[in-house]
Amino acid sequence: MTANGWLQILVFCGIAILLVRPLGGHILRVVEGQRHGLSRVFGPVERLFYRAAGVDPVGEQSWRGYALAMLAFNFAGFVLLYALLRTQQWLPLNPQGLPALSPHLAFNTAISFVTNTNWQSYGGETTMSYFSQMVGLTVQNFVSAATGIALAVALIRGFARRQAQALGNFWADLTRVTLYILLPLCLPYALFLVWQGVPQNLLPYTEATTLEGAKQLIAQGPIASQEAIKMLGTNGGGFMNANSAHPFENPTALSNMVQMLSIFAIGAALTNVFGRMVDDEKEGWAIFGAMGLLFLLGVGVAYWAETSANPLLQSAGVDTNLEGKEVRFGVPASILFAIITTAASCGAVNAMHDSLMPLAGMIPMINMQLGEVVIGGVGAGLYGMLLFVILAVFIAGLMVGRTPEYLGKKIEAREVKLTVLAILAAPLCILGFTSLAGVLDVGLVGLQDKGPHGFGEILYAYTSAAANNGSAFAGLTANSPFYNTTLGISMLLGRFAIIIPMLAIAGSLAAKNTVAPSPGTFPTNNGLFVALLVGVVLIVGGLTFFPALALGPIAEHFALLQGSRY
Amino acid sequence: MRVHVLTDTPPEPGVLRPALVLLLLMTLLLGLIYPLAVSGIGQLLFPQQAGGSLMQRDGRVVGSALLGQVFKGPQYFQGRPSGAGSSGYDAASSSGSNYGPTSKALMERIAGDAERLSQDQPGQAIPADLLTASGSGLDPHISPAAAEYQVARIAASRGLPADRVRLLVREHTQGRALGFLGEPAVNVLTLNLALDAAGRKDATGSP
Repeated sequence: MTANGWLQILVFCGIAILLVRPLGGHILRVVEGQRHGLSRVFGPVERLFYRAAGVDPVGEQSWRGYALAMLAFNFAGFVLLYALLRTQQWLPLNPQGLPALSPHLAFNTAISFVTNTNWQSYGGETTMSYFSQMVGLTVQNFVSAATGIALAVALIRGFARRQAQALGNFWADLTRVTLYILLPLCLPYALFLVWQGVPQNLLPYTEATTLEGAKQLIAQGPIASQEAIKMLGTNGGGFMNANSAHPFENPTALSNMVQMLSIFAIGAALTNVFGRMVDDEKEGWAIFGAMGLLFLLGVGVAYWAETSANPLLQSAGVDTNLEGKEVRFGVPASILFAIITTAASCGAVNAMHDSLMPLAGMIPMINMQLGEVVIGGVGAGLYGMLLFVILAVFIAGLMVGRTPEYLGKKIEAREVKLTVLAILAAPLCILGFTSLAGVLDVGLVGLQDKGPHGFGEILYAYTSAAANNGSAFAGLTANSPFYNTTLGISMLLGRFAIIIPMLAIAGSLAAKNTVAPSPGTFPTNNGLFVALLVGVVLIVGGLTFFPALALGPIAEHFALLQGSRY
Repeated sequence: MRVHVLTDTPPEPGVLRPALVLLLLMTLLLGLIYPLAVSGIGQLLFPQQAGGSLMQRDGRVVGSALLGQVFKGPQYFQGRPSGAGSSGYDAASSSGSNYGPTSKALMERIAGDAERLSQDQPGQAIPADLLTASGSGLDPHISPAAAEYQVARIAASRGLPADRVRLLVREHTQGRALGFLGEPAVNVLTLNLALDAAGRKDATGSP
C-alpha cells in the first residue's frame, strides 16, 4: 500500500460525497415533476412522448399498476433486443458482417441488458454489430437504469406518503429520468471520453501494418456514447471484451477516475433524494453512512490483500501482482475500481478480477452477495438497502419488544415477510445454481482454472448474475446453453423477485398513516442505527455465504500460502 | 398536501400502448439520435481521438497510439505479455489471460518469459509488468523501469548511445494524471516510432 494509492482513494471519496447533495436536489426536482433548467430544452420532447403513448403523467398508479407497467415495458424491451440480436446479420451498420447470435446467447444477453446486469457471455468486438450496440444495447443501458431509479422513487413515495393508494406514474418517472437526468449527463460525458481518446465512429475495423510488418486489425465503433451510459447507469456491459481495461474504453488515469465517480454518482445521490422526500435529510445520510462504512471496509481489505505477497509469484521474480492490470492504472486504481464496480452493481472492470489475489477477489464477491446495497445499482442499491433497513428495525423492535417503526410507519408482519422473500431470492439462485454447476459436467467443462479457484469462478458467475452486477471471473467460458440459461434465470429472479415484493411493501407502506414519535421510538438517523444496519447486512450475508466462500477464495488463500499450484 | 389521483387502467390496452410507443421513441432517441449526435460533435471537436488515435508513417496506418502491438526484434522496446487473440495484441479480440493467482499455466508462462528477458540484464530483477499480461491484452504502456531495463539492448542493437535512447524514453513517458492518478507509463509504439525516426535522421546525416 502506498500513500499515493490512499490519496487516490480519499480524493475519490471526497468528490463522491460532494456530488451527493447537488445531484440529489436535481433528481428530486425531476421526479417530483417540478420545473428546472432542463424543462425548457426537453419539455417538448417529454410532452410529445406522452401524447404519442397516450399517457396522462398526472394520473398515478397503485403498486400493482406500477409493477404491471414496469413489467410490460421491460418485457417489450426484452423481445425487441432478442429480435435485434437474432437478426443483426440483416440489419445495417454491420461492417464486419458479424452473424446472428445463437438463441441461448441472445436470450442471455437480452435478459442481461434488460435487468441492468450486463453480464456478457460474449466478447463485444467479435460478436456485436454497431447497430446491435447502439440500437439494442445502448438503449437498454438507458432504460434499465431509468427503470431502477423509477422503482427506487416509487418505494420512497411509499415511505413518504400517508394513507395514499398511489405510488406515482411509471411512464412519467421513466420518461423524466431518461430525458432530464441520464441523457443530459451522458452527452457531455461522452464528449469528455472522446477527448480523452475513446473512439466514436462507424468505420469498419482498420487494418494497420505494424512497425515489424505484421497485420493488426483495430476494432473501433461508436464506443464513447455507450461508455458514458454504461458507467452512469451502473450497467457495466463493455463495448469491447476487455471492458474498461481496454484503452479504447478507458484510455487514461483521468478517464478512469471520472468513470469510477460516475458509477457511484446517481446511486449515492438517491440516498439524498430519499432524505429530502421523507423530510429529514439526516435519514438519507444515515443510509449513505452505512453504505460508506461497508465500502471503506471493502476497499481496505482488498487493497491490503492485493498488495500482500503472493509466494508463487515472488518465487518467479514478480513482486507486484500486475497480472490482468493496466500499467496506466497500477494496483490502487485497479483495486478501487474493482470494489466500486461490485459495490454498485456496475460490473464494468478495469482489471481482470480473475487474476486478483484470493482475498482481494473475494471482496467483490462479498459486495455482490450482500445484495449490492453498498451504493448499489442506480435505484436498485437504495431499494435493496431499504429492505435491510426494514429488517434492521424489525430486529431492533424484537430486542425491545415493541412494534417496529420506521419514519413513523409501523412495520408489521406483511412488510417483514415480503422483505425476507426479497432478500432470499438472490442467495437461492447463487447457492443453488453454483452447487448444480459444481457437480454437473456441463458446468465443469467451462472452467479454465482447477482447484478452489475454479469453484470461485462458478460462484462468482452466479453471484454476479443474481446480483445483477455483470462482472466476471472471466476464466469461466459461460457461452454454453447451460450457463447462458441458468445465468439468465438468475438475472431474472435477482431483479424481479426483489422488485415485486419491494413494490408490494411500498404499496402497503403508502396506505398506512404515520404515528408520532414517542420516547420509545428507536431513532434511525444516528450512528447507532448506522452500526445496527451495517451489522444486519454483514450478518445476513455472512450466515448465507461464509460456507461457500470458505470453499472458494478462503481455501485458495491458504493453498497459496502453502505454495500449491493448480 | 398534494392529492395523488389514482387512475389504474385495465391491463390491455392501457399498458401495451405506452410500453410499445415509449420503447420505440426511446430507441429512436437513445439508440440513433444520441450516438449519432455524439459521433458528429466528437468528430468535429476531436477528429483524431474519435477516429481511434491512429498513427501513420509514410501515409500508412501503423497502429493506434492507444493500443500496444507485438514487438519481437531486439531493436524495439517490447511491450507486456498479451492474452488478446491467439498470438497476442489482437486489437479485434481484447482479453486478459484470466489466470488465477494459483494457476500453474501462469507460473509456466512467467518462467518462460523470464528466461528470455533475463538475457537483457543478466542477474537483475525483471520489472513486474514485463512478466504479467495486462487486462486488455492491448496495454500500450510499460513502466519506466521496464523501459530502462531494455535500454542497453536497444542501444547496442541500434548502435546508439544509451543516453540518447534514455532521452527518447523520457520524452515518451507520461507522468501520473494531475500528478497523482494512476502510474507513470511509457508508450511503447510512439517510443519505437521515435527510435526509428532517430535512426533515419542519423542515416541521412542530420543531427
